[in-house]
Amino acid sequence: MREIEFDVVVKAVKNMIMHCGTDLPQDTYMALEEAMEAEKSPVSKEVIRQILENADIAKDEKRPLCQDTGLAVFFVNVGEEVRINGGLLRDAINKGTEEGYTEGYLRASTCEPFSRANLKDTLGYNLPAIIHFDIVLGDKIDIEYAAKGGGSENVSRARVFPPAAGKDGIVEYVKEVISDAGGNPCPPITVGVGIGGTFEKACISSKHALFRDLETTNEDPEMAELEARMLHEINNLGIGAMGMGGTKTALAVHIESNPCHIASLPVSVNVQCHSSRHTHITI
Amino acid sequence: MATYTLTTPLTAEDTKQLVAGDTVLLNGTIFTARDAAHSRLVALIEAGEELPFDLEGSIIYFVGPTPPKPGDPIGSAGPTTSYRMDSFSPTMLKNGSKGMIGKGKRNQAVKDACVEYDGIYFGATGGAGALLGKQIRSAEVIAYPELGPEAVRKITVEDFPVTVVNDTKGNDIYQIGRAKYEVKA
Repeated sequence: MREIEFDVVVKAVKNMIMHCGTDLPQDTYMALEEAMEAEKSPVSKEVIRQILENADIAKDEKRPLCQDTGLAVFFVNVGEEVRINGGLLRDAINKGTEEGYTEGYLRASTCEPFSRANLKDTLGYNLPAIIHFDIVLGDKIDIEYAAKGGGSENVSRARVFPPAAGKDGIVEYVKEVISDAGGNPCPPITVGVGIGGTFEKACISSKHALFRDLETTNEDPEMAELEARMLHEINNLGIGAMGMGGTKTALAVHIESNPCHIASLPVSVNVQCHSSRHTHITI
Repeated sequence: MATYTLTTPLTAEDTKQLVAGDTVLLNGTIFTARDAAHSRLVALIEAGEELPFDLEGSIIYFVGPTPPKPGDPIGSAGPTTSYRMDSFSPTMLKNGSKGMIGKGKRNQAVKDACVEYDGIYFGATGGAGALLGKQIRSAEVIAYPELGPEAVRKITVEDFPVTVVNDTKGNDIYQIGRAKYEVKA
């Protein structure tokens, strides 16, 4: 059984958060450059130019890319042959989150649902992190992190369709969600679509789909084709960068599909803004 | 689509010349407020009590900045989504405010209030918090410090870049822009 010190995890999580807060991942930056090139609307083109200039300033001066530095969302794959020495893995990730958000001058955005009291002085700075664990083979810990902003999360939706809805029904639903969202989620967006499983499985899959690098294609050719179809239909909506009107509303559509119950076809649409801050490490 | 440079406080003369799609570089004092602060400000207005700042000609920026790094007046400071302020904005405009800065579409009541009270809804580029924060020269919390990022701040801006989304004639750049590029099946 391999042992990893608690503090090693804390430091690794802290570092990935601080880096992600100021340095836009390469795949996102490149996708935005391509979008600026392809965009037909001069107004949207100018918006994307500002977004890229913002990324340059943030990286050079180590300023947060956006004031909404998100809730900290993690997908963690824990090898069966590894244990944490000196505490719980969940606690280490939360501690790394608190330290990363504090030392990186990122925003504390967690609050109590009804009083709206900020939790930074009670529960901890930007705590709790949202953590999805899985157990895998091996002796390593794989940690994926994304900063998930509120504007894009607020337009996300899920629905359980009857099986007869099929691909056409899902495409229409995704279009409807993105059309209603307009400029609110800060396009050009990434769209995560979770299909199948149960209600919550579809939701978690749609979230995880947003962690995939933007330049990758789906390993399943059938899903790759469906992604391309959805992307085309979304870009035909004309929403454009920040809703100003244009031809590049989405940078990518990513699907995660799961087996489901014979009676249901669950679908979840989770949206990420143009500032798709995501990264992953293996310890 | 023209570009204007304007200094706060704004007058009806300033706002009535602007058309949806125009670019404006804002200068002068602006006040920040989000959901919780709006709720308190409107409650004060309805109770006939004094506000922490003068609404006349004011621009309200919907923003909750990151904490400033040492030596900086403010952290990253891009706009938050504006619809959450829709129920409050008409009251603010009716009582003298002349503009709002945010991102995303507004409801009909806000657009109507822009027409009735010569107000403008400006859009700033969401997610460009580092770029926009650099145009803020000073920042001071003037009310509700307990709200943290949501406190009301008095900020001074220099050539702060915004786009006119809703003008005083009822135009909406989101509708105009989208209609131009939408490909109907």
